[in-house]
Amino acid sequence: MINVLFFAQVRELLGESSLSIEAGSNTATADALRQTLAARSDKWGKVLASDKLLVAVNQTLCHWDTEINDGDEVAFFPPVTGG
Amino acid sequence: MQTSRILVQTADFNVPEEYQRIAADHQDGAVVTFVGKVRDFNEGNQISDLTLEHYPGMTEKVLEQIAAEARSRWPLNHLTIIHRVGTMHLGEQIVFIGVSSAHRKAAFAACEFLIDFLKTKAPFWKLESSDKGQGWVEARDADEQAAKAWEQ
Repeated sequence: MINVLFFAQVRELLGESSLSIEAGSNTATADALRQTLAARSDKWGKVLASDKLLVAVNQTLCHWDTEINDGDEVAFFPPVTGG
Repeated sequence: MQTSRILVQTADFNVPEEYQRIAADHQDGAVVTFVGKVRDFNEGNQISDLTLEHYPGMTEKVLEQIAAEARSRWPLNHLTIIHRVGTMHLGEQIVFIGVSSAHRKAAFAACEFLIDFLKTKAPFWKLESSDKGQGWVEARDADEQAAKAWEQ
């Protein structure tokens, strides 16, 4: 399973903070996982299509072609605004 | 002995106490601290409070990495990063950065580097409550540019 997390505006717009998804060919990379989730509904498609969306794999910010493996933690979130 | 103190907490912090911690060694001729606060206006909205969300686990990891990067660039002795999460009202403290070093240039540069990198790399998000309602704070290009300037 892949543990997927959502933060801030992404979490709020999707109405979910986490979910689990079976690892497979449709989750092979961060981008594949994004597209798989985006196919859930128009709302998910719209939120996950944002060109500002960031992805972290196992708590490290990554590029969209990063490989995802079974057991990984993948988080989607908007640009950070702390400090 | 060098110390790195990295905390993510809901509680407020005490600046004199934090200063004492990093200013205790006679080898350090310079102590630089920065405090970020909730200010009254942002993008024309009158702010009443901010709620800080973060990514537990990743936040601490990124702050550790930023601290290590600062130590690799400048000869620092003590280093403290405290970032609050949860709801903070107008005027409250959000973040504390403090460093000590033998000389001021390293301390000034490291402190500025730490806050510039924290603002663009650590997974914190601000939800703003203002006279116009609630909204997520947008990332600023100027912050991104400030962080990029350290990479040249």
